[in-house]
Amino acid sequence: MKTKNVMIVGVGGQGSLLASKLLGKLLLTKGYDIKVSEVHGMSQRGGSVVTYVRFGDKVYSPVIDKGEADFIISFEMLEAARYTEYLKPDGKIITNTQQINPMPVITGAAEYPENLAEKIKAKGIDLIAFDALKLAEEAGSSKAVNIVLMGMLSKFFDFTEEEWQNAIETSVPPKFLELNKKAFKLGANA
Amino acid sequence: MKKLMLGNEALARGLYEGGCSFVSSYPGTPSTEITEFAAKYEDIYAEWAPNEKVAMESAFGACLSGKRSFCGMKHVGLNVAADPLFTISYTGVNAGMVIAVADDPAMHSSQNEQDSRHYAKASKMPMLEPSDSMEALEMTKLAFELSEKFDTPFLLKMCTRIAHSQSVVETGERVEVSKTYEKNPQKYIMMPGNAKLRHPIVEERTRALVEYAETATINRVEKGEDSSIGFITSSTSYQYLKEVFGDKYPVLKLGMIYPMPEKLLKDFANSVDRLVVVEELDGFIEDHCNNLGLNVEGKEIFSLIDELSQNKVAEKFGFETLCGAKLEDNIPNRPPVMCAGCPHRGLFYTLAKNKLTVMGDIGCYTLGAVPPLAAIDTTICMGASISGLHGFNKANGGESDSKTVAVIGDSTFMHSGMTGLVNIAYNSSNSTVIILDNSITGMTGHQQNPTTGFNLKGDPASKIDLEALCKAVGIARVRVVDPYNLAECDKVIKEELAVSEPSVIISRRPCALLKYVKYSKPLVVDPDKCKSCKMCMKIGCPAISMKNGKAVVDNTLCTGCGVCGQLCKFDALKAEED
Repeated sequence: MKTKNVMIVGVGGQGSLLASKLLGKLLLTKGYDIKVSEVHGMSQRGGSVVTYVRFGDKVYSPVIDKGEADFIISFEMLEAARYTEYLKPDGKIITNTQQINPMPVITGAAEYPENLAEKIKAKGIDLIAFDALKLAEEAGSSKAVNIVLMGMLSKFFDFTEEEWQNAIETSVPPKFLELNKKAFKLGANA
Repeated sequence: MKKLMLGNEALARGLYEGGCSFVSSYPGTPSTEITEFAAKYEDIYAEWAPNEKVAMESAFGACLSGKRSFCGMKHVGLNVAADPLFTISYTGVNAGMVIAVADDPAMHSSQNEQDSRHYAKASKMPMLEPSDSMEALEMTKLAFELSEKFDTPFLLKMCTRIAHSQSVVETGERVEVSKTYEKNPQKYIMMPGNAKLRHPIVEERTRALVEYAETATINRVEKGEDSSIGFITSSTSYQYLKEVFGDKYPVLKLGMIYPMPEKLLKDFANSVDRLVVVEELDGFIEDHCNNLGLNVEGKEIFSLIDELSQNKVAEKFGFETLCGAKLEDNIPNRPPVMCAGCPHRGLFYTLAKNKLTVMGDIGCYTLGAVPPLAAIDTTICMGASISGLHGFNKANGGESDSKTVAVIGDSTFMHSGMTGLVNIAYNSSNSTVIILDNSITGMTGHQQNPTTGFNLKGDPASKIDLEALCKAVGIARVRVVDPYNLAECDKVIKEELAVSEPSVIISRRPCALLKYVKYSKPLVVDPDKCKSCKMCMKIGCPAISMKNGKAVVDNTLCTGCGVCGQLCKFDALKAEED
């Protein structure tokens, strides 16, 4: 199988590492070769963060380059817009519609662009934009945005619900398991 | 059993399987998790040392006693540990010793882009370079074996993309290794007479290692269909190259980056029409090829700067790379920022307000340099704030004493700030040092240090008394302030800058991300009272923004620290009432 590329982008602190961890565990059980690249350290402090998940028969590079992503999973609207160049021509962006102002916007040095979802679609990009934060809160915690997004992604992957549930079970603490299972379902049904 | 592991986790697994018993490190991105994962194995004693020099010397002591040992650090940490490095290359080891150094090409979380392979050559210490997690595990085990066989510590060079990438590994069983210590002055006491005897042994060892490198399986030729080009590569560069070309061209992959083979390289060069080295940062392999008289291309094609990637490699060989659509809008940057509730914020606001010259240091608080606080004048390396302040003030003959301070975190102060403070006291400069004590090593992800009262395993440990330490080195004036209290910070900083003797101000408040920190109620804005003066925006808090001309607080981010409320002259920012 040709290598598939999933980019997970968001704002430091939003929980993108857990999403990549979950995806990695699931793909491992399916027998793929996998590489997952994370960013630690300075950029985690509220900065723009990117995680690369690549899987296939044999994966070499740990990173995804421009024009290579089959999926971009975005935790925040501006971050979805920032990385469109990384998408393949027939790739898909799944984004949470939440807006988090970066410091240049907070200080007034820059403006948060308006109507980003429309502008992305106008580029001919296949975009799914939905309020994952609302669904996460409905499941019981705003922190479950990552699992809601994984639920949405699951619609486009050929894995059974049981396989996803097993991956969730091994990735989240037991006391948050029910919450996360609910978050996953809400994302998958959105 | 197959597992998905970070490069750093796999290296730690290699420590376990390789029979390592002792680990001492100082945290530093991207090396930190090696030691955190190693600490999870009961068979390994693991600790955070105050700095990399102490860590390396401790690990050397452990190997001398007969136990396989390890220390890990980021690239700039090896600069700190360079002193023992060069001399333990002479003494060699008793049980095996491995030193991991993690470079950070592209400077994701570092102050320079140094290429640590030069240290291997300069210290004449062999270096292995894994290209994924499985190799990180296997090369760690191999390094221990070779360390004992060739009687030298072994360097293991990681980089961000290996350290922080997960890939599939197969784990194995642990071997137990224990040797006895025997007195051997000629080998272990490096005074001139003995060191003169050791140096020829080091040179002979390097010759033997070159022989090993000629046939070692970690240096391998991968055959290709088309010998019009042959590539020499290592580490992540190997992965990018294979991503682009697959098995098309022959590749010589070097797993041992120092010393490098000679015959193997010459034979490979003779088997291809064109020889190209693909490596990140400096032309380290290329220089070696040039020394062998090989006709090779490298840095004339690839940059000395930044990471490589598959596209960067592909473009150099005429491949057209794809690029997705780009929006016309200007997408604002999202630089890292101090977290909401960060105790550093109030302190940096006070420094900026007083228009002070600020000698900065390494940690989360380096973010005090970015707007709107923009309070820092210089950042060099661990500890440089305090020693730099001393020089700045001394050279100015008293002119700058009342306008200049150093800021340094608790962990960085323990690492290499203390000696600078001794210098201030001893050579008496009228300097004001501010220790930002947030009770944790923050930037690298909350590691314990000698000021926190806990060790790496989370068990209670001796807690350094910062006030007593500063007084003991000769600083009579030591004050403690709460950085959430702006008036107190302002008063104390002004007072200490006014006096004509050195002083230390400890700005004490635990990191807002620590689990035990309890938040107060979020603040709310009274829109009738808000006069849109934007005073509250001057502290650069991610929880505050302006909407329709009025300040608003994001109550999911706000920790209720109250710093913004103290800035509001119109009483518009108050704690939420029940």
